[in-house]
Amino acid sequence: MLQSGKILNALGSLYESFGYMRFKMNKFEEYDTYVENKSFLTSDNVITFTDTNGKLMALKPDVTLSIVKNTKDEPGIAKKVYYSENVYRVAGDSGSFKEIMQSGLECIGDVGAYELSEVIGIALESLAVLQNEFVLDVAHLGIVSAAMDEAGLSESAKLKMRALFSVKNVNGAEDLLAEEGVSEKGKALIVSLMKIGGAPETAIPALLALSSEKSYLSCVNELKEVLSVVGGKNVRVDFSVMNDMRYYNGVVFQGFVKGAARCVLSGGQYDLLLKKMKRTSKAIGFAVYLDEIEEALDDVTDVDTLVLFSEKNSAEEVASAVRAERSKGKKVIAEKAIPRFLRYGELKKL
Amino acid sequence: MLNVALPKGRLGEKVYDLFARAGYECPSILENSRKLIFENEEKGVRYFWVKPSDVAIYVERGAADIGVAGKDILLEYQPDVYELLDLKLGVCRMAVAAPKTFRDDPRKVLKVATKFKNIAMDYYAKQGRDIDIIHLNGSIEIAPILKLSDVIVDIVETGKTLKENDLEVLENVVPISARLIANKSAYKFNTEQIEALTESLAKMTERGNV
Repeated sequence: MLQSGKILNALGSLYESFGYMRFKMNKFEEYDTYVENKSFLTSDNVITFTDTNGKLMALKPDVTLSIVKNTKDEPGIAKKVYYSENVYRVAGDSGSFKEIMQSGLECIGDVGAYELSEVIGIALESLAVLQNEFVLDVAHLGIVSAAMDEAGLSESAKLKMRALFSVKNVNGAEDLLAEEGVSEKGKALIVSLMKIGGAPETAIPALLALSSEKSYLSCVNELKEVLSVVGGKNVRVDFSVMNDMRYYNGVVFQGFVKGAARCVLSGGQYDLLLKKMKRTSKAIGFAVYLDEIEEALDDVTDVDTLVLFSEKNSAEEVASAVRAERSKGKKVIAEKAIPRFLRYGELKKL
Repeated sequence: MLNVALPKGRLGEKVYDLFARAGYECPSILENSRKLIFENEEKGVRYFWVKPSDVAIYVERGAADIGVAGKDILLEYQPDVYELLDLKLGVCRMAVAAPKTFRDDPRKVLKVATKFKNIAMDYYAKQGRDIDIIHLNGSIEIAPILKLSDVIVDIVETGKTLKENDLEVLENVVPISARLIANKSAYKFNTEQIEALTESLAKMTERGNV
């Protein structure tokens, strides 16, 4: 836990260095906040209770909705906040409620290409805080939508196709396209789009060559502009990133670190959520799932130095040895025997 | 080194054979030993056998980088993994079956016995049919005979078991075959290796165009 505390601090100072302000919120909110946008939440289940005045309250399952509610539509201004809060939702296979530490960042308001690239850049730096080896997959939902329009897919087929994109199921996509009676040109467009991925330097030219349809190209160019600002060799274009299109539009991304089995960072542009709330602002944000990272942090030591002493040593001798280590900024533990399973860096025998 | 979870049993042997023909052989796997893990360092693969319905769990949680699982398992449990290739092995179908004498009465709630609760519920929800789901773990065919259920939703391969129990297929739900799946994170950090393996396997299957 100490380790994830350190991570939270590091993430916090990273966000603050870009001028993001900490957003502190209540543990519970009115249930209405969540019920209207239930499908925005990762799980439908919310812990509710009745307040003393009879109002139905909920333990917060999500932070983004509360932050969105607390922002205004102002031209020229993008509200920049970050949070690290406990959220309560059903997680994992157990099907029961869990308290999950979540850290994230939101940029809401007058959001343009600069803000998009700033947030994606911060997401990339967040991953670097977590692990040396990491990958940020980036996609643009508009590109997939435009391609599906061009291929002439029906609405129900689009929904199925998005699910196939998210699991890279090329065979399934081919079957669906055949079922829908899509033209050879349309088939080639969708299947090639699904297979495009990797470094932006190769993926963007491949995307530009796929179609010359106007809305498709404008989305590709938007992605191109943002990624060229972000840079970095850990960015990959990957169209398996498919956030819920009822809320998300535009650029979406997912982060992975070596050692964690699932994605540890997820986010994107969610203008549609604000539109649903009759707002004019645009928004982009992401969340870091600290519970997913814990397993990747396994190779750390509990203490830097283990001072091993015996009955023969005086208390002062041990104390000075401990003092010496601590003055070097090291974590130190003094014991008469080596504790089982303790992971220590250095052993100092008195 | 890629960790590969293979489904124990007849399908698993066919799957291993496909991997071997695609150039990822590991001869020690064919020796009749009690070992569970088999490695071919040169080819960079490590195989292990697990219960077929558990393959997706090993892959989703990253204990295996890739694996082979039936489409039935993927539909039923919806694991968060990539589905990279249809291996065209273990081809069968999920179907609704009932005794030959069965007459559907739309005024009544349909009692459905199955091992695949989610697939069955999803199938009937799409038809707007109200059903009473009965989750069983095996010998599904006996349920309608003993009037435990009206129909069953189960895997049909040849239809022999159904026939022997006087049952017949009413509707096909979905075709099933073995799929190559990959852990999403492992895919990011072994992209080249996994893509090369997928391509070699694709060449071995009929499609050959992945």
